[in-house]
Amino acid sequence: MSDDPIRVVLAKLGFDGHDRGIKVVARILRDAGMEVIYLGLRQSYANVVNAVEQEDADAVGLSMHNASHLTLAPKMVEALAAADLDVPVIVGGIIPDEDVQPLADKGVAAILGPGASAEEVAAAVRSAVAQRAG
Amino acid sequence: MSIRDLPIPDLFERAVEGDRRALGRLLTHIERENEHAAPIAELAHPLAGTGHVVGITGAPGSGKSTLTGQLVKLLGELGLRAAVLAVDPSSPLTGGAILGDRVRMEDVASPETFIRSMATRGHQGGLALAVPGVVRVLNACGYNPVLIETVGVGQVEVDVAGTADTTVVVATPGMGDGVQANKAGLLELADLFVVNKADRPGANDVRRDLDLMLDLSHATGQDQRTGLRPEIIMTSALTGEGAPEMWEAIERHRAAITANGQLEQRRRDRDVVEVRNRLLVAAERRVDELLSAESHADLLDRVAARSVAPATASSEIAQQLH
Repeated sequence: MSDDPIRVVLAKLGFDGHDRGIKVVARILRDAGMEVIYLGLRQSYANVVNAVEQEDADAVGLSMHNASHLTLAPKMVEALAAADLDVPVIVGGIIPDEDVQPLADKGVAAILGPGASAEEVAAAVRSAVAQRAG
Repeated sequence: MSIRDLPIPDLFERAVEGDRRALGRLLTHIERENEHAAPIAELAHPLAGTGHVVGITGAPGSGKSTLTGQLVKLLGELGLRAAVLAVDPSSPLTGGAILGDRVRMEDVASPETFIRSMATRGHQGGLALAVPGVVRVLNACGYNPVLIETVGVGQVEVDVAGTADTTVVVATPGMGDGVQANKAGLLELADLFVVNKADRPGANDVRRDLDLMLDLSHATGQDQRTGLRPEIIMTSALTGEGAPEMWEAIERHRAAITANGQLEQRRRDRDVVEVRNRLLVAAERRVDELLSAESHADLLDRVAARSVAPATASSEIAQQLH
Protein backbone atom coordinates (compact mmCIF):
# COMPACT_ATOMS: atom_id res chain seq x y z
CA MET A 1 0.00 0.00 0.00
CA SER A 2 1.00 3.64 0.22
CA ASP A 3 2.06 5.86 3.08
CA ASP A 4 -1.13 7.89 2.93
CA PRO A 5 -2.23 8.63 6.49
CA ILE A 6 -4.95 6.49 8.05
CA ARG A 7 -8.08 8.57 8.75
CA VAL A 8 -9.92 7.73 11.97
CA VAL A 9 -13.25 9.13 13.22
CA LEU A 10 -13.19 9.38 17.03
CA ALA A 11 -16.43 9.78 18.97
CA LYS A 12 -18.25 9.21 22.20
CA LEU A 13 -21.85 8.07 21.79
CA GLY A 14 -24.81 9.21 23.83
CA PHE A 15 -24.55 10.80 27.25
CA ASP A 16 -21.12 9.56 28.31
CA GLY A 17 -19.31 12.73 29.34
CA HIS A 18 -15.86 11.39 30.23
CA ASP A 19 -13.70 12.80 27.48
CA ARG A 20 -10.19 12.77 28.93
CA GLY A 21 -9.50 9.35 27.40
CA ILE A 22 -10.65 10.23 23.89
CA LYS A 23 -8.50 13.35 23.93
CA VAL A 24 -5.45 11.32 24.90
CA VAL A 25 -6.22 8.79 22.16
CA ALA A 26 -6.60 11.59 19.61
CA ARG A 27 -3.11 12.77 20.48
CA ILE A 28 -1.70 9.24 20.38
CA LEU A 29 -3.09 8.66 16.90
CA ARG A 30 -1.97 12.06 15.66
CA ASP A 31 1.53 11.38 16.97
CA ALA A 32 1.42 8.03 15.18
CA GLY A 33 0.95 9.97 11.93
CA MET A 34 -2.80 9.45 11.53
CA GLU A 35 -5.48 12.00 10.72
CA VAL A 36 -8.08 12.10 13.46
CA ILE A 37 -11.53 13.43 12.64
CA TYR A 38 -12.52 14.39 16.13
CA LEU A 39 -16.25 14.36 16.85
CA GLY A 40 -15.97 14.26 20.62
CA LEU A 41 -18.90 14.13 23.02
CA ARG A 42 -22.60 13.29 22.66
CA GLN A 43 -22.60 11.93 19.14
CA SER A 44 -25.33 9.90 17.47
CA TYR A 45 -24.91 6.88 15.17
CA ALA A 46 -26.06 9.09 12.31
CA ASN A 47 -23.35 11.68 13.01
CA VAL A 48 -20.68 8.99 12.95
CA VAL A 49 -22.07 7.42 9.76
CA ASN A 50 -22.17 10.87 8.10
CA ALA A 51 -18.61 11.58 9.11
CA VAL A 52 -17.32 8.22 7.85
CA GLU A 53 -19.06 8.76 4.50
CA GLN A 54 -18.01 12.34 3.94
CA GLU A 55 -14.50 11.99 5.32
CA ASP A 56 -13.91 8.61 3.64
CA ALA A 57 -12.56 7.40 6.98
CA ASP A 58 -10.66 4.13 7.38
CA ALA A 59 -11.78 3.36 10.94
CA VAL A 60 -14.07 4.41 13.78
CA GLY A 61 -12.81 4.69 17.34
CA LEU A 62 -15.36 4.76 20.17
CA SER A 63 -14.47 5.80 23.68
CA MET A 64 -16.82 4.32 26.29
CA HIS A 65 -16.80 4.88 30.01
CA ASN A 66 -20.36 4.50 31.26
CA ALA A 67 -21.01 0.79 30.85
CA SER A 68 -23.13 1.30 27.75
CA HIS A 69 -20.64 -0.46 25.48
CA LEU A 70 -22.56 -3.75 25.20
CA THR A 71 -25.58 -1.84 23.85
CA LEU A 72 -24.03 1.01 21.86
CA ALA A 73 -20.94 -0.53 20.25
CA PRO A 74 -22.78 -3.34 18.42
CA LYS A 75 -25.41 -0.82 17.27
CA MET A 76 -22.65 1.36 15.83
CA VAL A 77 -21.30 -1.68 13.96
CA GLU A 78 -24.81 -2.34 12.61
CA ALA A 79 -25.40 1.29 11.63
CA LEU A 80 -22.19 1.36 9.60
CA ALA A 81 -23.03 -1.95 7.94
CA ALA A 82 -26.54 -0.70 7.15
CA ALA A 83 -24.98 2.30 5.40
CA ASP A 84 -22.77 -0.14 3.48
CA LEU A 85 -19.64 1.23 5.09
CA ASP A 86 -16.96 -1.40 5.55
CA VAL A 87 -14.84 0.17 8.27
CA PRO A 88 -13.63 -1.42 11.53
CA VAL A 89 -14.96 -0.20 14.88
CA ILE A 90 -12.39 -0.09 17.68
CA VAL A 91 -13.58 0.40 21.25
CA GLY A 92 -11.48 1.88 24.03
CA GLY A 93 -12.34 2.54 27.67
CA ILE A 94 -13.55 0.66 30.70
CA ILE A 95 -14.54 -2.71 29.28
CA PRO A 96 -14.74 -5.64 31.76
CA ASP A 97 -12.90 -8.78 30.62
CA GLU A 98 -16.08 -10.79 30.31
CA ASP A 99 -17.50 -8.27 27.80
CA VAL A 100 -14.56 -8.51 25.40
CA GLN A 101 -15.66 -11.69 23.65
CA PRO A 102 -19.33 -10.66 23.29
CA LEU A 103 -18.21 -7.38 21.67
CA ALA A 104 -15.84 -9.22 19.33
CA ASP A 105 -18.70 -11.58 18.42
CA LYS A 106 -20.82 -8.57 17.49
CA GLY A 107 -18.17 -7.33 15.08
CA VAL A 108 -16.06 -4.94 17.15
CA ALA A 109 -12.59 -5.17 15.58
CA ALA A 110 -10.44 -4.39 18.61
CA ILE A 111 -10.87 -3.50 22.27
CA LEU A 112 -8.38 -1.42 24.23
CA GLY A 113 -8.43 -1.14 28.01
CA PRO A 114 -7.00 1.52 30.32
CA GLY A 115 -3.57 -0.18 30.41
CA ALA A 116 -3.00 -0.03 26.66
CA SER A 117 0.20 1.76 25.66
CA ALA A 118 0.38 4.36 22.92
CA GLU A 119 2.09 1.79 20.69
CA GLU A 120 -0.66 -0.75 21.33
CA VAL A 121 -3.38 1.78 20.49
CA ALA A 122 -1.75 2.76 17.19
CA ALA A 123 -0.94 -0.85 16.32
CA ALA A 124 -4.54 -1.95 16.97
CA VAL A 125 -5.87 0.71 14.58
CA ARG A 126 -3.30 -0.11 11.91
CA SER A 127 -3.97 -3.81 12.04
CA ALA A 128 -7.77 -3.39 12.05
CA VAL A 129 -7.52 -1.14 8.99
CA ALA A 130 -5.10 -3.49 7.22
CA GLN A 131 -7.43 -6.45 7.77
CA ARG A 132 -10.36 -4.63 6.14
CA ALA A 133 -8.33 -3.37 3.23
CA GLY A 134 -6.87 -6.84 2.58
CA MET B 1 -19.32 -4.64 -5.39
CA SER B 2 -17.55 -2.46 -2.89
CA ILE B 3 -17.49 1.19 -3.72
CA ARG B 4 -13.70 1.12 -3.53
CA ASP B 5 -13.56 -1.18 -6.57
CA LEU B 6 -15.87 0.85 -8.82
CA PRO B 7 -14.27 2.29 -11.96
CA ILE B 8 -13.76 6.05 -11.71
CA PRO B 9 -16.44 7.09 -14.24
CA ASP B 10 -19.05 5.03 -12.35
CA LEU B 11 -17.91 6.43 -9.04
CA PHE B 12 -18.14 9.94 -10.46
CA GLU B 13 -21.62 9.35 -11.85
CA ARG B 14 -22.79 8.15 -8.46
CA ALA B 15 -21.28 11.16 -6.74
CA VAL B 16 -23.02 13.53 -9.14
CA GLU B 17 -26.30 11.72 -8.45
CA GLY B 18 -25.85 12.44 -4.74
CA ASP B 19 -24.05 9.38 -3.35
CA ARG B 20 -21.98 10.80 -0.50
CA ARG B 21 -19.80 7.75 -0.08
CA ALA B 22 -18.80 7.99 -3.72
CA LEU B 23 -18.05 11.68 -3.33
CA GLY B 24 -16.04 11.02 -0.16
CA ARG B 25 -13.97 8.50 -2.09
CA LEU B 26 -13.37 10.83 -5.04
CA LEU B 27 -12.08 13.51 -2.68
CA THR B 28 -9.63 11.01 -1.18
CA HIS B 29 -8.18 10.35 -4.63
CA ILE B 30 -7.84 14.07 -5.27
CA GLU B 31 -6.29 14.65 -1.89
CA ARG B 32 -3.77 11.86 -2.41
CA GLU B 33 -2.91 13.15 -5.88
CA ASN B 34 -2.88 9.50 -6.98
CA GLU B 35 -3.33 8.07 -10.48
CA HIS B 36 -7.11 8.65 -10.35
CA ALA B 37 -6.85 12.35 -9.59
CA ALA B 38 -6.33 13.55 -13.15
CA PRO B 39 -9.18 11.48 -14.70
CA ILE B 40 -11.52 12.75 -11.95
CA ALA B 41 -10.49 16.35 -12.59
CA GLU B 42 -11.14 15.79 -16.30
CA LEU B 43 -14.70 14.66 -15.54
CA ALA B 44 -15.35 17.42 -13.00
CA HIS B 45 -13.86 20.43 -14.74
CA PRO B 46 -16.59 20.92 -17.38
CA LEU B 47 -19.29 20.71 -14.69
CA ALA B 48 -17.60 23.05 -12.22
CA GLY B 49 -16.84 26.74 -12.19
CA THR B 50 -20.32 28.10 -11.67
CA GLY B 51 -20.59 27.77 -7.90
CA HIS B 52 -19.62 30.48 -5.47
CA VAL B 53 -16.43 29.69 -3.56
CA VAL B 54 -16.11 31.47 -0.23
CA GLY B 55 -12.90 31.41 1.83
CA ILE B 56 -13.22 31.98 5.57
CA THR B 57 -9.99 32.61 7.42
CA GLY B 58 -8.75 34.18 10.64
CA ALA B 59 -6.60 33.55 13.68
CA PRO B 60 -7.01 30.37 15.77
CA GLY B 61 -9.87 30.83 18.21
CA SER B 62 -11.51 33.66 16.28
CA GLY B 63 -14.63 31.55 15.87
CA LYS B 64 -14.28 30.54 12.23
CA SER B 65 -15.72 27.07 12.65
CA THR B 66 -18.65 28.19 14.76
CA LEU B 67 -19.33 31.02 12.33
CA THR B 68 -19.08 28.65 9.38
CA GLY B 69 -21.54 26.41 11.22
CA GLN B 70 -23.97 29.32 11.58
CA LEU B 71 -23.59 30.15 7.92
CA VAL B 72 -24.17 26.56 6.90
CA LYS B 73 -27.31 26.44 9.04
CA LEU B 74 -28.60 29.58 7.36
CA LEU B 75 -27.78 28.27 3.88
CA GLY B 76 -29.70 25.11 4.69
CA GLU B 77 -32.71 27.22 5.66
CA LEU B 78 -32.37 29.11 2.39
CA GLY B 79 -32.54 25.78 0.58
CA LEU B 80 -28.98 25.92 -0.70
CA ARG B 81 -26.85 22.80 -0.92
CA ALA B 82 -23.63 23.93 0.72
CA ALA B 83 -20.32 22.15 1.17
CA VAL B 84 -17.58 22.95 3.66
CA LEU B 85 -13.92 22.17 3.23
CA ALA B 86 -12.31 22.59 6.66
CA VAL B 87 -8.51 22.72 6.54
CA ASP B 88 -6.44 22.14 9.68
CA PRO B 89 -2.67 21.89 10.08
CA SER B 90 -0.77 18.61 10.07
CA SER B 91 1.97 18.05 12.61
CA PRO B 92 5.25 18.85 10.89
CA LEU B 93 6.92 16.17 13.02
CA THR B 94 4.68 13.15 12.54
CA GLY B 95 2.42 14.13 9.66
CA GLY B 96 -0.61 13.36 11.82
CA ALA B 97 -3.45 15.78 12.47
CA ILE B 98 -6.47 16.36 14.67
CA LEU B 99 -9.31 17.66 12.53
CA GLY B 100 -11.87 19.10 14.90
CA ASP B 101 -14.06 21.40 12.84
CA ARG B 102 -16.97 19.06 12.12
CA VAL B 103 -17.93 19.17 15.79
CA ARG B 104 -19.04 22.75 15.50
CA MET B 105 -20.95 22.32 12.25
CA GLU B 106 -22.55 18.93 12.06
CA ASP B 107 -25.33 19.48 14.56
CA VAL B 108 -26.53 22.70 12.98
CA ALA B 109 -26.00 21.77 9.35
CA SER B 110 -28.90 20.64 7.18
CA PRO B 111 -28.66 16.98 6.12
CA GLU B 112 -27.88 18.19 2.61
CA THR B 113 -24.61 19.75 3.73
CA PHE B 114 -21.38 17.98 2.86
CA ILE B 115 -18.48 18.59 5.25
CA ARG B 116 -14.95 17.45 4.51
CA SER B 117 -11.95 17.89 6.79
CA MET B 118 -8.51 18.15 5.27
CA ALA B 119 -5.06 18.26 6.80
CA THR B 120 -2.35 20.42 5.31
CA ARG B 121 -0.16 17.26 5.13
CA GLY B 122 2.52 16.38 2.66
CA HIS B 123 0.49 16.83 -0.47
CA GLN B 124 3.07 16.99 -3.17
CA GLY B 125 2.76 20.58 -4.20
CA GLY B 126 0.98 21.53 -1.02
CA LEU B 127 -2.58 22.62 -0.58
CA ALA B 128 -2.26 24.75 -3.66
CA LEU B 129 -3.06 21.62 -5.67
CA ALA B 130 -5.41 19.77 -3.34
CA VAL B 131 -7.81 22.59 -2.43
CA PRO B 132 -8.82 23.65 -5.96
CA GLY B 133 -9.10 19.97 -6.88
CA VAL B 134 -11.50 19.24 -4.02
CA VAL B 135 -13.51 22.42 -4.64
CA ARG B 136 -13.87 21.47 -8.32
CA VAL B 137 -15.34 18.06 -7.50
CA LEU B 138 -17.70 19.46 -4.83
CA ASN B 139 -18.90 22.06 -7.27
CA ALA B 140 -19.33 19.50 -10.07
CA CYS B 141 -21.51 17.46 -7.71
CA GLY B 142 -23.89 20.37 -7.29
CA TYR B 143 -22.61 21.93 -4.09
CA ASN B 144 -23.00 25.68 -4.19
CA PRO B 145 -21.68 27.58 -2.33
CA VAL B 146 -18.50 25.84 -1.28
CA LEU B 147 -17.03 27.29 1.93
CA ILE B 148 -13.32 26.81 2.61
CA GLU B 149 -12.32 27.34 6.21
CA THR B 150 -8.64 27.71 7.14
CA VAL B 151 -6.59 28.84 10.05
CA GLY B 152 -4.96 32.18 9.36
CA VAL B 153 -1.30 31.45 9.67
CA GLY B 154 1.25 31.50 6.90
CA GLN B 155 1.00 30.42 3.31
CA VAL B 156 -2.10 28.28 3.62
CA GLU B 157 -4.67 31.02 3.63
CA VAL B 158 -2.93 32.87 0.84
CA ASP B 159 -3.42 29.74 -1.24
CA VAL B 160 -7.03 29.65 -0.12
CA ALA B 161 -7.62 33.28 -0.97
CA GLY B 162 -6.36 32.39 -4.41
CA THR B 163 -9.00 29.68 -4.66
CA ALA B 164 -11.98 31.69 -3.39
CA ASP B 165 -14.28 34.14 -5.19
CA THR B 166 -14.89 35.92 -1.91
CA THR B 167 -12.42 35.85 0.98
CA VAL B 168 -13.80 36.60 4.43
CA VAL B 169 -11.31 37.50 7.17
CA VAL B 170 -12.58 36.96 10.72
CA ALA B 171 -11.25 39.35 13.35
CA THR B 172 -12.05 39.47 17.07
CA PRO B 173 -11.70 41.94 19.93
CA GLY B 174 -8.27 41.81 21.52
CA MET B 175 -6.37 41.09 18.32
CA GLY B 176 -4.22 44.21 18.58
CA ASP B 177 -4.40 47.88 17.79
CA GLY B 178 -4.62 49.79 14.54
CA VAL B 179 -0.94 49.22 13.77
CA GLN B 180 -1.55 45.47 13.61
CA ALA B 181 -4.44 46.02 11.24
CA ASN B 182 -2.24 48.11 9.02
CA LYS B 183 0.51 45.50 8.68
CA ALA B 184 0.80 43.67 5.43
CA GLY B 185 -0.59 40.20 5.07
CA LEU B 186 -3.89 38.52 5.52
CA LEU B 187 -5.86 41.74 5.82
CA GLU B 188 -4.93 42.74 2.30
CA LEU B 189 -6.58 39.61 0.96
CA ALA B 190 -9.97 40.33 2.51
CA ASP B 191 -13.02 40.99 0.37
CA LEU B 192 -15.09 41.20 3.52
CA PHE B 193 -14.29 41.61 7.21
CA VAL B 194 -16.25 39.97 9.96
CA VAL B 195 -15.75 41.15 13.52
CA ASN B 196 -16.83 38.10 15.50
CA LYS B 197 -17.57 38.00 19.24
CA ALA B 198 -19.21 41.38 18.69
CA ASP B 199 -20.92 41.04 22.07
CA ARG B 200 -17.53 41.41 23.76
CA PRO B 201 -15.89 44.65 24.86
CA GLY B 202 -13.59 46.11 22.27
CA ALA B 203 -15.51 44.91 19.21
CA ASN B 204 -16.25 48.43 18.10
CA ASP B 205 -12.57 49.35 18.45
CA VAL B 206 -11.69 46.54 16.06
CA ARG B 207 -14.29 47.80 13.65
CA ARG B 208 -12.89 51.32 13.87
CA ASP B 209 -9.29 50.11 13.34
CA LEU B 210 -10.30 48.12 10.29
CA ASP B 211 -12.23 51.08 8.95
CA LEU B 212 -9.19 53.33 9.37
CA MET B 213 -7.00 50.81 7.61
CA LEU B 214 -9.45 50.71 4.72
CA ASP B 215 -9.38 54.52 4.61
CA LEU B 216 -5.60 54.31 4.20
CA SER B 217 -5.96 51.74 1.44
CA HIS B 218 -8.20 54.21 -0.30
CA ALA B 219 -5.83 57.12 0.29
CA THR B 220 -2.88 55.19 -1.16
CA GLY B 221 -4.93 53.93 -4.09
CA GLN B 222 -4.43 50.33 -3.07
CA ASP B 223 -8.12 49.54 -3.28
CA GLN B 224 -8.11 50.33 -6.96
CA ARG B 225 -6.88 46.78 -7.43
CA THR B 226 -10.40 45.57 -6.70
CA GLY B 227 -12.39 48.75 -7.01
CA LEU B 228 -14.38 47.69 -3.97
CA ARG B 229 -14.14 48.67 -0.36
CA PRO B 230 -14.53 45.57 1.84
CA GLU B 231 -17.57 45.71 4.10
CA ILE B 232 -17.25 45.13 7.84
CA ILE B 233 -19.92 42.94 9.44
CA MET B 234 -20.39 42.41 13.17
CA THR B 235 -21.32 38.88 14.28
CA SER B 236 -21.68 36.71 17.34
CA ALA B 237 -21.15 33.15 16.19
CA LEU B 238 -22.38 31.69 19.49
CA THR B 239 -25.85 33.19 19.11
CA GLY B 240 -25.87 33.31 15.32
CA GLU B 241 -26.36 37.05 15.38
CA GLY B 242 -25.07 38.71 12.24
CA ALA B 243 -24.89 35.50 10.18
CA PRO B 244 -27.67 36.59 7.77
CA GLU B 245 -25.98 39.98 7.33
CA MET B 246 -22.70 38.21 6.66
CA TRP B 247 -24.26 36.06 3.95
CA GLU B 248 -25.94 39.09 2.39
CA ALA B 249 -22.59 40.88 2.29
CA ILE B 250 -20.97 37.84 0.65
CA GLU B 251 -23.75 37.85 -1.95
CA ARG B 252 -23.29 41.59 -2.53
CA HIS B 253 -19.59 41.04 -3.10
CA ARG B 254 -20.29 38.30 -5.58
CA ALA B 255 -22.83 40.43 -7.41
CA ALA B 256 -20.36 43.32 -7.55
CA ILE B 257 -17.47 41.28 -8.95
CA THR B 258 -19.82 39.57 -11.38
CA ALA B 259 -21.01 42.95 -12.64
CA ASN B 260 -17.54 44.47 -13.02
CA GLY B 261 -16.09 41.41 -14.73
CA GLN B 262 -13.67 40.60 -11.93
CA LEU B 263 -15.21 37.25 -11.15
CA GLU B 264 -14.49 35.99 -14.62
CA GLN B 265 -10.98 37.41 -14.47
CA ARG B 266 -10.30 35.91 -11.04
CA ARG B 267 -11.44 32.49 -12.19
CA ARG B 268 -9.31 32.66 -15.30
CA ASP B 269 -6.28 33.75 -13.28
CA ARG B 270 -6.94 30.99 -10.81
CA ASP B 271 -6.96 28.31 -13.49
CA VAL B 272 -3.70 29.64 -14.87
CA VAL B 273 -2.20 29.63 -11.38
CA GLU B 274 -3.26 26.02 -10.96
CA VAL B 275 -1.60 25.03 -14.22
CA ARG B 276 1.48 26.94 -13.09
CA ASN B 277 1.52 25.23 -9.68
CA ARG B 278 1.30 21.83 -11.33
CA LEU B 279 4.17 22.69 -13.64
CA LEU B 280 6.22 23.82 -10.66
CA VAL B 281 5.60 20.52 -8.90
CA ALA B 282 6.63 18.61 -12.02
CA ALA B 283 9.71 20.79 -12.40
CA GLU B 284 10.65 20.26 -8.78
CA ARG B 285 10.43 16.51 -9.22
CA ARG B 286 12.66 16.72 -12.29
CA VAL B 287 15.19 18.81 -10.37
CA ASP B 288 15.28 16.30 -7.52
CA GLU B 289 15.80 13.54 -10.07
CA LEU B 290 18.72 15.38 -11.63
CA LEU B 291 20.29 16.13 -8.27
CA SER B 292 20.20 12.52 -7.18
CA ALA B 293 21.56 11.29 -10.52
CA GLU B 294 24.86 9.44 -10.28
CA SER B 295 26.34 11.56 -13.07
CA HIS B 296 26.13 14.72 -10.96
CA ALA B 297 27.63 13.30 -7.77
CA ASP B 298 31.10 14.39 -8.79
CA LEU B 299 29.97 17.95 -9.60
CA LEU B 300 28.18 18.26 -6.24
CA ASP B 301 31.28 16.93 -4.48
CA ARG B 302 33.31 19.68 -6.11
CA VAL B 303 30.80 22.27 -4.83
CA ALA B 304 31.23 20.84 -1.34
CA ALA B 305 35.03 20.98 -1.76
CA ARG B 306 34.69 24.65 -2.77
CA SER B 307 36.27 24.25 -6.18
CA VAL B 308 32.99 24.97 -8.04
CA ALA B 309 30.47 27.63 -7.01
CA PRO B 310 26.81 26.59 -6.55
CA ALA B 311 25.72 28.99 -9.27
CA THR B 312 28.10 27.41 -11.81
CA ALA B 313 26.97 23.91 -10.86
CA SER B 314 23.31 24.80 -11.20
CA SER B 315 23.74 26.36 -14.65
CA GLU B 316 25.56 23.24 -15.73
CA ILE B 317 22.77 20.97 -14.47
CA ALA B 318 20.09 23.32 -15.82
CA GLN B 319 21.12 22.46 -19.36
CA GLN B 320 19.49 19.09 -18.83
CA LEU B 321 16.23 20.62 -17.58
CA HIS B 322 13.93 19.58 -20.36
